[in-house]
Amino acid sequence: MKSNKSPEEYLKEHADEARAAVTALKNSSNPVIYVGAATCGRAAGALETIAGFETALEENGITAEIRKVGCLGHCYAEPLVIIQNPGFPPLLYQKIGAGEAGILVRSFLKDGSDPCYEYLIGALEADENFPTLMDYPRYLYEKRVVMAHCGLIDPAEIDHYLAVGGYESLASGLKKGSEWVLEEVKSANLRGRGGAGFPAGRKWEIARQVEAEEKLLICNGDEGDPGAYMDRTLLESNPHQVLEGLALAALAVGAEKALLYIRAEYPLAVKVMESAISQAESKNLLGANILGSDFSLAVSVFQGSGAFVCGEETALIESLSGRRGMPKLRPPYPAVSGFAGRPTIINNVKTLSTVPSIIKNGAAWFLDIGTPDSPGTAIFSVVGEVEYPGLVEVPMGVTLEHLVVDVCGGIKNGKELKAVQIGGPSGGCLPASLMDTIIDFDSLRSVGAMMGSGGLVVMNEDTCMVEVARYFTDFTQGESCGKCTFCRIGTRHLREILHSITIGEGLPGDINDLTEISEAVVAGSLCSLGKTAPNPVLTTLRFFRDEYVAHVEGKCCPARMCRTLTAFYIDLEACARGCDACVACCPTESIFTTSNRKKAIDQEKCVKCGECVYACPPEYDAVRRVSPPELIPDQGVEPLPENEKEESEA
Amino acid sequence: MLNKLLASLDESERAAVDDEEYAVLKAVAAELPSVKRDVLELIPTLQLIQTKHGYLPRLALRMVADHLGTTVSKVYGIATFYNQFRFNPPGRNPIKVCLGTACHVKGGEIILENFERRLGIKENETSEDREYSLERVACIGCCALAPAVVVGEKVEAYVTPSKVEGIITEIEVRKEMAAREQKKDEE
Ligand SMILES: Cc1cc2nc3c(=O)[nH]c(=O)nc-3n(C[C@H](O)[C@H](O)[C@H](O)COP(=O)(O)O)c2cc1C
Ligand code: FES
Repeated sequence: MKSNKSPEEYLKEHADEARAAVTALKNSSNPVIYVGAATCGRAAGALETIAGFETALEENGITAEIRKVGCLGHCYAEPLVIIQNPGFPPLLYQKIGAGEAGILVRSFLKDGSDPCYEYLIGALEADENFPTLMDYPRYLYEKRVVMAHCGLIDPAEIDHYLAVGGYESLASGLKKGSEWVLEEVKSANLRGRGGAGFPAGRKWEIARQVEAEEKLLICNGDEGDPGAYMDRTLLESNPHQVLEGLALAALAVGAEKALLYIRAEYPLAVKVMESAISQAESKNLLGANILGSDFSLAVSVFQGSGAFVCGEETALIESLSGRRGMPKLRPPYPAVSGFAGRPTIINNVKTLSTVPSIIKNGAAWFLDIGTPDSPGTAIFSVVGEVEYPGLVEVPMGVTLEHLVVDVCGGIKNGKELKAVQIGGPSGGCLPASLMDTIIDFDSLRSVGAMMGSGGLVVMNEDTCMVEVARYFTDFTQGESCGKCTFCRIGTRHLREILHSITIGEGLPGDINDLTEISEAVVAGSLCSLGKTAPNPVLTTLRFFRDEYVAHVEGKCCPARMCRTLTAFYIDLEACARGCDACVACCPTESIFTTSNRKKAIDQEKCVKCGECVYACPPEYDAVRRVSPPELIPDQGVEPLPENEKEESEA
Repeated sequence: MLNKLLASLDESERAAVDDEEYAVLKAVAAELPSVKRDVLELIPTLQLIQTKHGYLPRLALRMVADHLGTTVSKVYGIATFYNQFRFNPPGRNPIKVCLGTACHVKGGEIILENFERRLGIKENETSEDREYSLERVACIGCCALAPAVVVGEKVEAYVTPSKVEGIITEIEVRKEMAAREQKKDEE
């Protein structure tokens, strides 16, 4: 049934209503408290924070509204809270636990006098009296396109998305036609954010041209990289943006069925998306005859069962079909023949989330951001040893240095940057000397790394590169589906060799073997899991060969991370008489009192957890770590005789 | 018909199933008829059972196979392929140690070992009294707060070996208090 109203007129009715509701909330005469309650916020205690606010509000007889929002990306500062107090700009606070919530209520909401500068990050709007968030130097490099509304809107309410212009792109796409949508995305040269960087528009065109009764669009939210979480954040923080992108893609392709493939480990994302779908359906933004047009789209959620390889397109389709997720030979490409033989387009969450802004602002606008061959922005989860870990969105073309130092505050505790691991298990480790590498699909590939999932782990001098290679190989080995011999057995050999090197049993020929096996695995694997699995090994061999040599020849771990090759001892010169700080913290009771009432470690019992390093008061700083263990000096340690022990305890 | 499967268990099979598991199987037998008989439903069905009961009892796989008209070997093949599925009941306090990249670099392995030592069980095991179970997971999305551990539903951030002790003590204390409350109520 086609209506006489245009999709845009249709949308306007919803949008006007939504704007009115959101404006009412913004102009509310009562304070509104927004608490970041995506998974990371909850981990940091956001739910306790909310409870803290509720109690304090009640105790002080204040009426205020509490809203759960998504993730702003400033994960180091969680739980994050935005307070909109009439008469003030919206203010962003960091590390607000239940106690701080009470203080904010009493000092700021009750008296309105003290905005608690000690917890303040900044104002979200320009203001004379407060620093604004955008004044921070990191915003010189950050550019929020996809994450623009994350953490600022309530993901549980479609009105919040409609009020910021949500679904306008879909309405104009419906009005101008599917051909136009396809052409915009094609000329914007939007490259797939799932890792490989294949142009989305070209992929859509292939499926569009196939004659088929039914076509299928899948949003890939499998996010298998064990150190990345931006897809989850986008699903949890701005679900309708994903749905709008999905609908636009389906329109361009001619698909009337769509599926969100989300891993079961992301229960909150599943819940948020399911509720978003039903809200969109109730406003006729999904479902039959969207906004009165003749385009219909049925969307459902499928939960992935946790297999890294299922992020690969053909394996994903296999798992949808109720089989083991094992990749298949291509061609035929899924775009031509995928799920049940139907043309199937699979796009990453970030790719789809970018589409609405391209349609809204035009391809030329998008091409203006980033580099000529990789336009647009990139989202990274920057974690590890940086001062401000979290999610960042930067235009393509920014250097790694800018990302790590200027945006994320550089290395913690005044240590040295050693390497960044970029792209997860398929990516590589780049040394500090390559920090001027530009972030885009092709530059990263040219130095042996990969954009991959966008996971970026920053490592300092205490991280062992052989161990990192072992870790990733262990992961891919476990996730290899077993179909290709080289991937199945080759990765196992790689893992065993790396393991033996990290425990000091490396043999002289090992380094050569690693290279050779790696090359064979790359050449002999069907899908990119195998083809890229050796990347962590190859890049560490290339940039950190010395470390491999030290392990194999010197039985020494220069980073002092490999536990078999490392030992801890207490420097008796530095240790303070009578101090017991380390004794209590040791999980294996391996620390004993010496005859001169200082402390020493029983090497037989020590599990090298490093806890005593942190427990030792900084003014003594007496715990030393050495590799190889033979370097422990002979300090002539004698345990305190039993009889004296009892004496001192009494 | 599914209850027929339960009824048809021979003595040794019935003996291998404790009462708790038997109750789970009965519940599964009651749930399955509402599932569409289509192999496409295989993974969602296993997810359904696991979400509801926390694990997949061995005989439940047989029921699922019967219901969907496929073989047990195929169901087993699927269930073991995917990381999500487990075959023994989780503890009342399931502990999941994150060994994603960020947590690994920050010593997640050591945290796992500390739990193993403290609880006297290994990874993928459940303690005898079903109080605890221990497993590793890959990234729970709190990398900025690494190393992270999920205890029950709650995520614990910045975990250290001494915090492991604290986490377990807290659970024990809560248990103790609940037991005392109950005793008081009974009196
Ligand atoms: C082993 C393996 C794992 C992958 N995991 C994911 C994933 O978790 N999420 C994702 O979007 N793409 C993943 N991909 C890439 C997908 O195969 C595919 O290229 C992508 O979903 C296409 O979307 P895009 O064009 O929007 O990037 C993976 C590929 C391989 C080989
Ligand atoms: S690596 Fe542990 S939460 Fe991401």
